[in-house]
This record gives sequence, structure tokens and C-alpha cells, in this order.
Amino acid sequence: MGIHKEDILETVTVKFAGDSGDGIQLTGDQFGNTTAVVGNDFATFPDFPSEIRAPQGTTYGVSSYQIQFASKDIYTPGDTPDVLVCFNPAALKVNLSTVNKGGIIVVNEDEFTDKNLKKAGFDSNPLDLNDRTLADFRVHKIPITKLTVEALDDFDMGHKDKLRCKNFLALGIVAWLFSRPLEPIESFLKSKFSKKPMILEANVKALHTGFNICDTMEIFPVMYTVPPAKLEPGTYRNINGALATAYGLLAASEKIDLPIVYSGYPITPASEILHVLAALKQFNVYTIQTEDEIAAITMALGAAYGGSLGITGSSGPGLALKIEALNLAVMTELPLVVFDYMRSGISTGMPTKTEQGDLGMALFGRPSDSHVIVLAPSTAADCFWISIEAVRLATKYMTPVVVLSEGFLISSSEPWKIPNLKEIPKIKTSFRTNPKGYLPYKRNKETLARDWVRIGTKGLEHTIGGLEKTNETGDVTQDPDNHDLMTRLRAEKVQRVVNDIPDLEIIGDKNADLLLVGWGSTLGSMRAAIEAVNGAGKKVAMINIRYLNPLPRNLGNILRKFKKVGVVELNLGQLNTIIRSKFLIDTSFLGRVTGQPIYVSELTNFINRELESLKEH
Amino acid sequence: MSTTKQTEYKADDFKSDAEPRWCPGCEDYAILKAVQMAMAQIGRPKNEHAVVSGIGCSSRLPYYMGTYGFHTIHGRPIPVATGLKISNPELAVWVVTGDGDAISIGGNHFVHAFRRNVDMNILLFDNRIYGLTKGQYSPTSQKGMINKTAPYGTIEEPSDPVGLALECGASFIAQISASYVKELVDLLVQAYNHKGTSFLHIYQNCYIYNDNAFDDFTERSIRDDNNIKIEHGKPLVFGKNLDKGLVVGYGKFDIVDIEPGNVPDNIVVYDETDSVLIRMVTDMKFPEYPVPMGVLKKTLRPTFEDSLESQIELAKSKFPPDLQKLLSSGETWEVK
Repeated sequence: MGIHKEDILETVTVKFAGDSGDGIQLTGDQFGNTTAVVGNDFATFPDFPSEIRAPQGTTYGVSSYQIQFASKDIYTPGDTPDVLVCFNPAALKVNLSTVNKGGIIVVNEDEFTDKNLKKAGFDSNPLDLNDRTLADFRVHKIPITKLTVEALDDFDMGHKDKLRCKNFLALGIVAWLFSRPLEPIESFLKSKFSKKPMILEANVKALHTGFNICDTMEIFPVMYTVPPAKLEPGTYRNINGALATAYGLLAASEKIDLPIVYSGYPITPASEILHVLAALKQFNVYTIQTEDEIAAITMALGAAYGGSLGITGSSGPGLALKIEALNLAVMTELPLVVFDYMRSGISTGMPTKTEQGDLGMALFGRPSDSHVIVLAPSTAADCFWISIEAVRLATKYMTPVVVLSEGFLISSSEPWKIPNLKEIPKIKTSFRTNPKGYLPYKRNKETLARDWVRIGTKGLEHTIGGLEKTNETGDVTQDPDNHDLMTRLRAEKVQRVVNDIPDLEIIGDKNADLLLVGWGSTLGSMRAAIEAVNGAGKKVAMINIRYLNPLPRNLGNILRKFKKVGVVELNLGQLNTIIRSKFLIDTSFLGRVTGQPIYVSELTNFINRELESLKEH
Repeated sequence: MSTTKQTEYKADDFKSDAEPRWCPGCEDYAILKAVQMAMAQIGRPKNEHAVVSGIGCSSRLPYYMGTYGFHTIHGRPIPVATGLKISNPELAVWVVTGDGDAISIGGNHFVHAFRRNVDMNILLFDNRIYGLTKGQYSPTSQKGMINKTAPYGTIEEPSDPVGLALECGASFIAQISASYVKELVDLLVQAYNHKGTSFLHIYQNCYIYNDNAFDDFTERSIRDDNNIKIEHGKPLVFGKNLDKGLVVGYGKFDIVDIEPGNVPDNIVVYDETDSVLIRMVTDMKFPEYPVPMGVLKKTLRPTFEDSLESQIELAKSKFPPDLQKLLSSGETWEVK
């Protein structure tokens, strides 16, 4: 390797893009694995169309995987790539405008045929010498298809199967560019294709071919190294939000010592949780794929009624169908955990794209005065802790908990310091067994929760249901004062959770004039933006709200401490409206509904604008 | 919990303190009583029963039971009961539903319940009308029926709950009228004893909005000529004087006259496991045929909860659960 110049970088963003059938996600995942192994901090952003295999070569069939990695702490998958690896013209067409000027573009030149160029909407071939389309970039044309087929010449397999290996050849190229070891990828291939030795060999060959041609031919003038990041000591793994959510539920189940009944109906992107849990039955997880969204929530509710952890998950359109049953859980005061993996709406919208559009639905989208606890994880790894917290609060307060997670969090991944289960506190729950003085709606003085009874317990027979009940006795009644009392008690019970949740912590400069307020996955971009502007000598602070109902106790005080408050959301201002009405303060607002995470650059622009406006006053 | 039969129970042991609030003369009273009598016969204590209902007149029943009860939302008692049974497999789980609740708004759950075959008993009170909402036509209302939402007569063909359950693969199907209390009690006990989803279709008269709907085959003076008792291993004979029988015709039954007390060999002897006979009996439509009453189908297949439990056991034996190990699975690396 001596003939190549080596260069050390602090932060790089790489994007792989190609047809939905090109194996882009797999390639990205494997690059992510090597990133973890060399000790970089990283964040990933898989982005794909909702069509499974859109027509080949079209722009709407382009799937991509972006990863930012660094030798320092990073919080986002990067705004725009420094390196774009394109498997076809359509991938170039879709992603070109995002690549940083001066960035590296690697293309599979074999795919730049007249037919493919036309499909992608290019009038001329951007790879032609006289074409100026790519003039601002360092372009590397590599005949990836041809090299793959030639490398596999003596393999006794069909042409199509050989072509399928080209993503690993490309991965070999990028692995070389960033001085990555190939062993982790090989060991992945070995386990994936353990029963298909030919495919295994072919992919390993393609991988090495890609790596070796860079080594022997001077394709790239420089090979880069990103040194390990300084992370907190411990054992790490790569985790995405889907796994973190499921593992968190398993941890909660172990800590409360109750089995999980998880029922769900297939919906993008929430199905992922059902897939993960269905394969982990050994942890006393009872998964049911139901006939519809309503069956999913009502089965979970039936299980909660019986004394298990009843859990369901969906996305916006599915949550809309579950609303009446969610209100039954509110009325019967049963612990139920409902995950909403928010996706771009309205209606079917853009199923594989992310958004934060369901806050209003979670808070207010039910008939009558109906209150539930609402939580929101802020990173992929945080999904683990939010799962545990959701179970703790649902069972302690005997109320449904809605977890507003995001499509982006499900699939994005980051390094995760593996927690020691022994250090996670037990979740206390006590089923009522003593019949003496038992009344179904008699409440705990502190939490206002009614007793949880395992159905079948002798002497505690009772009937609950959707009809209004007399306080304490649970008898059906239409007494006006009682309904008023019960409505207030149900609201008060959820409000009391405020005494049981942590105060918000200010990130950034506590003496700043400007405070940014966000929730959910915007944490990463906001943090990166705050660090960038604070590093440039400006003063900005931020908070990320994980508890959206009830809101943390110190939120009002924090908001009033700052001259200016800017709310940031992936919607048109749902939390913003709540903050303005609840705390009677003025705010400015930055909302983005593109189906993509918010860019750090958009945030820094917003911050600069707001700081300027402060000066004017 | 104990399922041993140690005490003699009376129907009253399964009553709650709440006073039923159905209209005077409603046959729901008869069914309530029959359920309590059946539970006394079954001999398990009341804490081992849970009654889950939807919305409608019939669905108020759990409030009048001394057992565990859950009055849920419209159309959804089946999935709630499914979740409950999976969570607490020792319980005797009863679903109380109506024609609107089960066949209309909850139709999807009705269809899929029989595929799963969870061990529970679905009691469908069919009065062919929406009573609680004051008299709209239901999915089982007869064509031409005049009511609030069909002042010129109902245009739609009625749905056939028994045929639907059969099509969906129900493992136990029985049918009776609430006016036959003794037989109803017996069928409730049989439904309980069947391991799997038992479907009991109960004709139930609504005294206010659809009175006399079933008189043609339940009114005392004519009922024996217009319904037929179906019993496993017994010949298919009916009539006040047991003077009519069913023989196999061209893809259907033919009705023949027989000499009372002397059943000829060509009269069909019923077999509740025979798919052809089950189909022929459930195809019998009044008034061309008498209405079949009794257990129409009873076959055994694994229950959903048992199959799920055995998958969990299998998973445990293949992959002994170790959560800490799971958290540390995949590529890991040390940061020092």
C-alpha cells in the first residue's frame, strides 16, 4: 500500500445509492459494521422507497444508505455526503445535488448505457469527457459489473447470480478507500451463506477483487483513515431502533417478571418490531400477527386485563384505527403500551419516510377528555430505555402509554455501549390478591392507580368496561357529578406522573439567549448544530423532551429563562402550539416535512437568523 | 389455579348483585339464566370464568354475572378474549356478542377467530335487529323486513352466521333457540367442554323491535314440525309425532314421511365430524327444511394458545433464554 498517499480525516459521510434490488442496504450495513470495528463513532440513515422492487433503473426505485463516521462524538448520519457510491445513473440523478462540492463520486460505469441514462432522465452521459455535470467532483469511473463478472469467470454459477455479487465488489472498493479490514465482512458472509458455499466464495472473491484493484491500480490517489473515536470505555455493539425497542421490552419483561403479549398487524415501518420479537419467543414473548389493527390493540388489551404485558405497535394510519380501543384502555385503566413509528403522512403518505406528525393524535386524538402518557425516544439506542420506561409507567399508573417513535429511528443505527442488565432496577408491580375491601376503582393515594388484578384470582371477581363507573365501587352509573369526578381523576392520574420523571437537562450554553426545543430524533441534528455554533463563539442552548405528556416539571422555568425560544420539529408546529398555549410565551419555529431527518445546516441557519433577530431588539 | 370439581354449585352462585336492565320479556334473561345454570353444571368456581362482551343489548350480560367480566367496545370482544386466553390459558373464556356486533362491525374478528381456534366459547345472540340503538336492520334481518332504516323494506340478503362460521373453519358449531332453555344449557356445557373455539348461534327474540321473529320454528304449537334436533349418532327425524325423516338426495337432504317409532335404515344417522353431512345440515334453510338445532359440527384440532406455547417451549429448548447474551450478540468491540 506504500505507493498510496494516506490521509487522516476527522469526519466523513459516505452514501451508497442504487436500485432497490442492488443490495444497497446490505452493503451499507456491512460498511457500518467495519466502521464499528475500527472504533469510529457513527450514525446511519437507510433510506428506501416503499416499492419493494420498483422498475430497474428508475429514479423512484433508488435506495440509499448514508453513514457518517468520525473520530469524535457525532449525532447524525451527516447532512450531505463527501463520498457517493452510485450503482446506476438513476442513483446519480437523485443524489448528485446533495454531494459536497469537491467530494468523491464512485460510479459503476457499466450501468451508464443509453437506455439507463434515458430512464434516469439524463439528456447526455455525465461521464463523457466534455460533459460538465460532474465538473465539481472527483469522479472515479469503475467498471464494477464487468470486473465482477470477470473475477467470477471460473465460478460455476449463472450470470445473474454473478451480477448479484457486484455490491460486495463495490464494498471492497470503499473498504480500501477508508483503510478497513475485510474480516468482519467475511465473517458476516460466512454466517449468512453458510449453506451456500458457492455464493459465499463468490461474494468473498468480489469483495477482495474490489479491495485489490484499488491497491494495485491507482484508482484513488489517497487512502483515508478515520482514527477511533474516544467513547466511554466498555463493550460496544451496533444497534438500530428496532432491535433496541425489542430488547428494551425483553429487559422490561425480565425486570417486572411478566410475559409479553405483543400483537401487531403488518405496517411499514412498525412490522420490524413484530419480526424481531417473533423470533425471540424463548423470552416468554407471545407474538400474534392479527387480522387488523383493531384486533392488534384489543388482543394486547385483553392480555393486559389478564395480567400480562400487553403491547402493540403500529404507524400513523394504524394508530388511527386503534383509537377507540385506546380509549377503552383509558376508561378501564389498564396498562397498555402502544408504539407509533411515525411515518410521513397524511393517509398512506410516504410509508418508508420519517416524520413527527402524530404528536397531536397521541395527545388529543381521542373522543372526550382522554389522557395518556406520551414518550418519545431520541436516538436508536434510547429506544431501549424508552421501552423499559413505558412498561414501568403503564403498570405503575395503570394507564396506556403511547411511545412516539420514528421511522428514522427504527432503521438508523449507532454504536451502543451494551448495558449490564444487573444495573437496571427491577420494575415493581403487585397484583391485588386480598379480597378484603377490594373495590375495582379504589385508587392508590399517591399514584391514583387502581389495583391490577390477575384475572382468575379468587374473591376479586368484577366486571369492567367502557361504560362510566362509580368511583371506587366500579358500578355502572350515569350520575353527573360522578362522571365529572372520574374525568378529572383520570386526567389527574396522568398528570401525577410528573412527580416520577426526571427534570429536563439543558444542553449547550446555559447562559445563552436562545433556547432550541425539540423532541425525538431531532436531538442528533440539534446537538451537532449547537456544538457547531457554540464552537464558533455563539451562545445557544437546547433541550430534547422525551416525556411529552405530562411535560417535565421544570420545562416552564427553562423556557422563561431564555430571551428567545425556537421550537424544531418534523411537522408544522405541533409541539410549538402546545408550548405557546401552555406557557403563554412567544416562540419561533423551524419545521421540516420532507420525510428526511433535519439537516444540521438548516439548524445552524435557523440559529443564526434567530441570533440576528435578537440583536435587532 | 384449581380446576377440580369439589363443590356443588347453583346457578345463583354465578349471579352478580346488579339487577338486569333488559326490557321485560326479553329472551336475554333466559340466556343469562342458562349461562349461570351451565356454569353450575360445569362445576368450576366463578373466579375461573371470564365473560367478555362487545356492545349491544346482549353485551350487557357480563354485568349480571358474578364471574370476571369485560364489557368492551363494539365488535371487539373476540380479540379481547383472545388476548385474555393467551395470557391466562387456565381461564374459561366466554364471548357474548350479537348479530350486529359479531357479523357486522366485528365481522373481521369473527372470520379470523375460527382460523385460530383459541379455546373459548362464542355465544351469538341473534335477534335479527339492532335493539340498543332502537330498531335498525341488522346483517341477519330478513329481506323485506320493515324497520327504521328500511321503511320500504330491507333490500339486502341476510347473512348466515352458521354458514359463515363453517366456511371459516369453526371446529364446533351449535345452534339453538333461547326458548329451549334445557337444550341451551346442555349446548353451553358442550361448548365449554370442546377444546377450541366453540360457536353457539342462539335465536333470541327481541320483544320490542322484532317480536315473534322466530315463531315459525319456536312457537310451541308448531315448533316440532319446523325444527329438527341434531344429535351425533342419532337419526335425523322430526315432527310432532316424529313422523318425518331426512334421507340423502341429490346433493341435499330429502324429507320423507316415516312411521312414528319405526326409523327406516335409509334415514341419515348424524355424524358431527362428517364434513358432507355438516355441510348438508347447515345448508338446510327454513321453510324448505326444518331449522337444525343442536351440535352441527365438532372436530378437534390444536388450539392457537397451545401451538403458541409449544413454539415458545421449542424456542427455549433450542435457544436457552439469556438476555445479557442476546444484548451482546453480533459484532462487538471493546473501548478502553
